[in-house]
Amino acid sequence: MATASVLADVEKDRSQIRQKEMIAQHFDRLSEAPETGEKVAYTFVPGNLTELLLSFDILPVLPEINALQAGMRGKSKDYIALAEKLGHSEDVCTYVKSDIGMLKSGNIGPTGKRLPNPDLLLLSYTGCFTFLKWFELLREEYQAPVVMLHVPYQGDGKITDSMRQYVVEQIKKKLIPTLEKITGKAYDEDRLKEILTRSAKAEDNLVWVLQSAKRTPSPIDAYFGGVYYIGPIFTAFRGTQDAVLYYEELRAEIEERIKAGAGPVTPEGEMTEEKYRIVVEGPPNWTSFRQFWKMFVDEGAVVVASTYTKVGGVYDLGFRHDPTHPLETLADYCLGCYTNLNLPSRVDMISRYVKEYSADGFLINSVKSCNSFSAGQLHMLREVEGRVGKPGGFIESDLVDPRYFSAANIKNRLESYFQMLEQKKASGAAS
Amino acid sequence: MTEGRPEEIAAQAETLSRDYRLSVVRDWKKETGGIAIGYMPIYVPRELLHAQGALPVGLMGGGEDLEIIRGDAYYQSYICHIPRSTIELGLNGSLDCLDGVLFPAICDVIRNLSGIWKMQFPEKLVRYLDVPQDFDPEIGGSFYHRELLELSAQIVEHGGKLLRPEALAASITAYNENRRVIAEVYELRRQQPWKAPTHEVYSVMRAGLVLPVEKHTPLVRAYLEAARGCAERKPLDQARVVVTGSFCEQPPIGLIKTLERAGCYIVDDDYIQVHRFIKGDIKTDGDPLENLVRAFLDQAIASPTRYAEHGHKGEALVDQVKKSAAEGVLFCAASFCDPALLDQPMAVKAVDKAGIPWTAFKYSENGGQFQVIREQAGTFADSIKLWSEV
Ligand code: SF4
Ligand code: SF4
Repeated sequence: MATASVLADVEKDRSQIRQKEMIAQHFDRLSEAPETGEKVAYTFVPGNLTELLLSFDILPVLPEINALQAGMRGKSKDYIALAEKLGHSEDVCTYVKSDIGMLKSGNIGPTGKRLPNPDLLLLSYTGCFTFLKWFELLREEYQAPVVMLHVPYQGDGKITDSMRQYVVEQIKKKLIPTLEKITGKAYDEDRLKEILTRSAKAEDNLVWVLQSAKRTPSPIDAYFGGVYYIGPIFTAFRGTQDAVLYYEELRAEIEERIKAGAGPVTPEGEMTEEKYRIVVEGPPNWTSFRQFWKMFVDEGAVVVASTYTKVGGVYDLGFRHDPTHPLETLADYCLGCYTNLNLPSRVDMISRYVKEYSADGFLINSVKSCNSFSAGQLHMLREVEGRVGKPGGFIESDLVDPRYFSAANIKNRLESYFQMLEQKKASGAAS
Repeated sequence: MTEGRPEEIAAQAETLSRDYRLSVVRDWKKETGGIAIGYMPIYVPRELLHAQGALPVGLMGGGEDLEIIRGDAYYQSYICHIPRSTIELGLNGSLDCLDGVLFPAICDVIRNLSGIWKMQFPEKLVRYLDVPQDFDPEIGGSFYHRELLELSAQIVEHGGKLLRPEALAASITAYNENRRVIAEVYELRRQQPWKAPTHEVYSVMRAGLVLPVEKHTPLVRAYLEAARGCAERKPLDQARVVVTGSFCEQPPIGLIKTLERAGCYIVDDDYIQVHRFIKGDIKTDGDPLENLVRAFLDQAIASPTRYAEHGHKGEALVDQVKKSAAEGVLFCAASFCDPALLDQPMAVKAVDKAGIPWTAFKYSENGGQFQVIREQAGTFADSIKLWSEV
């Protein structure tokens, strides 16, 4: 998730250098794929079946990541404008428009190299309706086959056997045969199991890192910093040895920070004072990512837990990829991603975070693009407030459309929110 | 209520469909002792509900009549209007006669509304109905079968009858009859749109959301006969158009009238699609539940909410235009409607390729100003007529 440029400014730890190298190598392989003959699948972050793709030596491309990178690199504005000129509505998700605009501008990826055309569009339809339309749109542009993997929604807040069976059958009868056809390789379950074993190792360490924020002061920022930490596991690297090493290094670095009593590293340097501990719901804004982060840092606010860092898997509530049931575990993974949870489960999760991470309050960043996240957030705000008795704040922005990031407005709202927290704290201390 | 001139029948139907407190549903419950289950657009298997003694009640928002007092506190400005009017109706007690509501899988807004409903109305049946996007009978079909069995069990828990195959077969027959007479109305409108103007057809169909099927079928038939026999309705020089994109949040009826007054004969549309979501009869022999499943897999219309496994997006729309001998397309979507607006560029491409003229605008169910749309539709209709004359 980290761009090379922002990364260089933010963290210089070994883990971050490794992540930067992993990303660079991956995009090199992608740009060379037309020559090397490596096969490429486009797919989505929630419900990504990276282990299965890797077991067939297929390189994943994640269009949402390209879109957010375009946002961070200041390119999304023009991409979106181009897509809107081509007839895409101003009302819909800006990730899609950024992606279409990028495609129409030569499909140059985040590292400045051209992305290869897909050999497969793996429509992992998990937790977001827009995914379905997105790949229908891409299908018009490419000759690649599409495999629809329909992941049912947890409408009643649970994964049933019927749902699992449905997903497994699709993987078995639709997806695997297509992967075999594209690559000319047979499905190798032992190889998949090995990869899944590595996934689980990395997941253990990721959870440890995320839960380190339960400490006071927190050694990490679990939202702005968190998006770097989830990078490898949410994208093309889950199940690789690189990812295992990355999370080992990251954990060791954070252990060091804890020993030193250090706060999170931010673009403004290390945070020395933790004034407020906040839980955040919703994705960040990418076009003004650093400015947005700075608004928190300036107020001494550390994000101790976030839901966005669970869109590619809710590991901290217990899920791990289980190599003993390879296809079932892939199904459970898809079914369990954050945006596939119903609203009551999301309310439970945020309430739990506020309590378990000793937060002073919680903030919702409601992004215009994303109905999956945003529709219902005002109700969630009231529900969580009622349950935890801590104040909630609500800000509005967008993912990668800079027209919807009003810095002054957001700053004002954040300032008043933190003032309110201050007053609450003061009155709490006085009583 | 089923006799008279077509406009009178349509006016009675409109009164029914504008009664957001659902008096007709309340009366039905009193008379029969049955339960009533609401459903959001686009499609639920009403036959199943009917067979278990539940009246299926279609919910399509609050239209232009409803004042939104609390609903806006639930939704940001960039979300369509129908969830806020629906929650308003829920909170103001209009829907308290419903024993449950089903939220079919058509978009993330309706999906998330199911969660709000669960929290607001914990004692009611609230189900997100996940319809398959895999259309293989062995995979998506068997998932849907299981989904329907779960739903059926929940209906029983909330006061419905046990599902019996004979009852389900009878319900399928009742809805088949309903679909047939509805198809005749749409055929009449395609052939002679001056006899069955869309604002009337719309009201007659909308009444079918609240009436039991046994009452709706005769109503539709009465309208059909009255419209057919209405000799004084003569053709005008209007442009024949297909309206698309209005399958969920409905436009105010004033907007439909505006389009007609602006010189358009709407010869096909996607309003109130539940009646036409399944094409033709559902099989009546064999396992009726499996027949419902197969109808969904094999006989459903193309919809922006349904993954198009084969062919190209927009092909179905082009076909619809050809079959109805339309001369143009009006892309008419609710503001912020993801399925409609994400689908539109693909549909536009197909329509362009087929050389069919089109124009596009957006609406909100409670928007009352149609001047701009009137001008746009009027210019569009004029340009079509001009071209058809050369
Ligand atoms: S709607 Fe939301 S979840 Fe879906 S692609 Fe856009 S940002 Fe991602
Ligand atoms: S109008 Fe569109 S976006 Fe809104 S609830 Fe209906 S289908 Fe979903």
